Amino acid sequence: MRRDKQEFQARFNRRVMLLGGAGALMFAGLAGRLYTLQILEQDRYRTLSDSNQFSFRLQPPVRGRILDRFGEPLAENRDNYRLFIVPEQAGNAAQALERLARHLPMTEVRMERLLFQIARAPRFQPVTVAEDLDWETFARINLHLPELPGILPDVGEVRTYPHGQVMSHVTGYVQVASPEVARNDRLLLHPGFRIGRSGAEIANESTLRGAPGQLKVEVNAFGRVIRELPEQSVPARAGGDVPLSIDLRAQRTAMQVLGQESAAAVALDVTNGELLVLASTPGFDANAFVLGIGQSEFNALNTNEFRPLFNKATTGLYAPASTIKGLISMAALEHGLISPSERIHCSGSVVLGDRRFHCWRREGHGHVHMHDAIKVSCDTYFYEVARRLGIDRIREMAVRCGLGQLFDIGLPIPDRASGLVPSAAWKRARRGQPWTTGDTFNTGIGQGYMLTSPLQLAVMTARLATGRAVMPTLALRPQGFEFEALGFDPEHVGAVHRAMHGVVNEPGGGAYWTLQPGLGVPDVQMCGKTGTAQVYSITPEERARGVRDQDDLPWRLRNHGLFVGYAPSDNPRYAVAVVVEHGMGGTRSAARPARDILRDLVERDPAASRLGPVAELTRTSAQEG
Amino acid sequence: MGVFTQSVPRGLREKLYEINWALVLLIVLIGMIGVGMLYSVEGGQWDPYASRHAVRFAAGFAVMLTVALAPPRLWMGLAYPAYLGALVLLVGVEFFGSVAMGAKRWLDIGPIRMQPSEIMKIALVLALARYYHDLEEHRVSSLFGLLIPVMMIAAPVLLVSRQPDLGTSVLIAATGLVIVFLAGLSWRVIGAGAVFGAIGVWGLLQYGLKDYQRERIFTFLNPEADPLGAGYQIMQSKIALGSGGMTGKGYMEGSQAHLNYLPEKQTDFIFTMLGEEFGFVGCIVVLGLYAILLMNCLMIAASCKSTFLRLVVMGVASTFAFYVFINAGMVMGLFPVVGVPLPMISYGGSVMMTVLIGLGLILGAHVHRGAEPPKGAGLFG
Repeated sequence: MRRDKQEFQARFNRRVMLLGGAGALMFAGLAGRLYTLQILEQDRYRTLSDSNQFSFRLQPPVRGRILDRFGEPLAENRDNYRLFIVPEQAGNAAQALERLARHLPMTEVRMERLLFQIARAPRFQPVTVAEDLDWETFARINLHLPELPGILPDVGEVRTYPHGQVMSHVTGYVQVASPEVARNDRLLLHPGFRIGRSGAEIANESTLRGAPGQLKVEVNAFGRVIRELPEQSVPARAGGDVPLSIDLRAQRTAMQVLGQESAAAVALDVTNGELLVLASTPGFDANAFVLGIGQSEFNALNTNEFRPLFNKATTGLYAPASTIKGLISMAALEHGLISPSERIHCSGSVVLGDRRFHCWRREGHGHVHMHDAIKVSCDTYFYEVARRLGIDRIREMAVRCGLGQLFDIGLPIPDRASGLVPSAAWKRARRGQPWTTGDTFNTGIGQGYMLTSPLQLAVMTARLATGRAVMPTLALRPQGFEFEALGFDPEHVGAVHRAMHGVVNEPGGGAYWTLQPGLGVPDVQMCGKTGTAQVYSITPEERARGVRDQDDLPWRLRNHGLFVGYAPSDNPRYAVAVVVEHGMGGTRSAARPARDILRDLVERDPAASRLGPVAELTRTSAQEG
Repeated sequence: MGVFTQSVPRGLREKLYEINWALVLLIVLIGMIGVGMLYSVEGGQWDPYASRHAVRFAAGFAVMLTVALAPPRLWMGLAYPAYLGALVLLVGVEFFGSVAMGAKRWLDIGPIRMQPSEIMKIALVLALARYYHDLEEHRVSSLFGLLIPVMMIAAPVLLVSRQPDLGTSVLIAATGLVIVFLAGLSWRVIGAGAVFGAIGVWGLLQYGLKDYQRERIFTFLNPEADPLGAGYQIMQSKIALGSGGMTGKGYMEGSQAHLNYLPEKQTDFIFTMLGEEFGFVGCIVVLGLYAILLMNCLMIAASCKSTFLRLVVMGVASTFAFYVFINAGMVMGLFPVVGVPLPMISYGGSVMMTVLIGLGLILGAHVHRGAEPPKGAGLFG
């Protein structure tokens, strides 16, 4: 019995030892596993832990401003007063929205859509309830905030164009990036972020955008931000301001004087090519595009006969008409095909083969030399000059003066806006017909195939006025900048110059009566040339029916009115080109707007004061305003 | 009957002197680690976990000492009634239990909410120890001698697994089998049992289960297959442990735990949090403390004269060991996720009481290790 007992206890103790050994093995197993996890694989798990703990939130950069030459903002950012709702803090979202609706009326549909959004979002994530509130509403809601749990007021930024329609074609606008564009750039996916979609906004996108920052935040398992770690974050780099050469005041004048028309005006500094005015009427409000434009509003803009979304200043194409006569004269003088004193007889028309080419003045101008031919815009004189030149020489001079060229002014301009300087080869290729002397006649008076943009006309005018290869730009050029000479004989430049002076300042000049008393600035005179581009030729049948002149035609068939000019006449500084679509004639519609723009520029002399002393100038213009 | 090679202390003073104070110190140390970790759980706040844990530990500590000083015959006498009572309560859970987190485990008796499966852990150990104490040694491997303990184990295991609480039922079964093994079951029977058991499990998996049941078992065994449920928890737990490195992120600096990536961090995953904040060193220290405690238990068991006390000590100690193994193994991704706490560190009232009563029994066995009561009677009867 005792032995059994001892035997039994010995077996028990052996088995206890066995279990103890098993236990020791298991503890060793646990320790080994811990060693693997915590020592061998530590780096891997630490990385995973960090990526659990921290996350980076994109911080959109502040977009740079677009300024005029005086530092006046053309596109800036304003506060966007927003309201969010944080469902978690609001409790019952429907009740919270109803409480809010007492201060901020909401439609039933809007309410339902919000509730749907709230239901889908995480409970702690703010959902936008309202954007772009006026200050008064925002302040009222802030005041009542204690009664509005879960409502979170916030101030963001939104692009604003303070001058409404005046600058829209130049600045363009920003919008949410399209999904295709946004696919690869996280910044563009950020709700509320906008990129340039047209104009200077898109042309200067890289400068304006800046670089997004990354805010390092600690997030918990549910994605809620626990705290922000600004010292470990990369701050956003604000975009740079982009100054443009535009003179806001002159631009506004241009938009005002052309306001009722479908028209375009371009003015530039002939010494450095800086564009001071780039106007296209009617304008549109770029602000409407920023937060998303309504379909009906967009359709209204898009189907408007006056094409408000179309930048006519850079992209509109028109026959240059008589405004080209200075250029034709210059070509003839350069080639020695005519002298300024040679007179050509105008009987009112010229017969070429079986066709009769009329002068605009049916009764003719009699014997005219170059000065008078430009001054009174005699067509017969230029038929003859063009005949002597031939299309190739005309073409060569047109190209030298900038026609047919696409200028890189710092705005997106489509290729087709290069216009057309015709040649015999072009006509053969495009029309399958040989070039005729009749075509040359038409080209000599700026009709026919030639097509130019207001921008090109302004450049042409500047080149004729200075004899230099003026290149237009919206950027500011450094002081002392000079263009290459075109190689014109100063005598010839003077002859053309005097003739264009006569147009405005001598009785009988094409714009003399219209523009009296000239520029309207003491001791400063302007030069110019009118033009009337035929859109539709009144048929004999219509004439028989009583359609006597342009006033009897529907708007879209009326002639375009053109005017090019520069001032001061004794030392050209500013050149301008104006095209009024269907304005019926340059004298009638385009001359006065062009004069007003030039007067504005001469009066203030934007060239004398550039961005340098911005603060002072901004103050001055504010006082003027 | 036998010769006392060691005197059995009689008076209170004598008993207090005989208490294994080293073991008590170890227990207090582990309990304080628990309080410290629960203080960190709430980011440095006493409420609600740390303070309540401390209070419960203090109360349980008193109970533990009381149990240690009580005469073992009391426990021997209580063994069968306690077992039957626990069984009744488990059946009661089946009918009146309150449901929490998808399982019916609790009984609400007045203000007390208790978990009968916890009582059963102790009661089964006592009942089996009593059974083997009374059984003639040569009948341990007999059919009759085997049938009753198997039934005693099977009844609570089946009831608990129905709750369902797979972790606890496995724990109860394992503890029971350890006692049967230590009681001297012959290797032949053990071998046969293992073979039949394996065949039975295989047959059950192959033919006895519906497809969805089988699927559930495989998901249970392979949590990675459920990345948003159990797999998510295990992954986050491994990240927390691994990122702790050698010395950890520092007390109350565990980002995984404090940013709620760690589920149930006050109960099942408290070891993970310890590993994140104190690293490999902290984990090994805590596991080492448990190992020392268990080694003490083994030595006490070997020193006990009576079969009852030996089996009680080993039963309680193996329950304790299983707690630690399953919990630590689970958070390290070695075992499937089952709700098994880390003794004295995890937050939880019933478990704390079970563990401390169990440790009281061990301490008591040490005090009374010299006693050698006859079969079929209460100790010192």
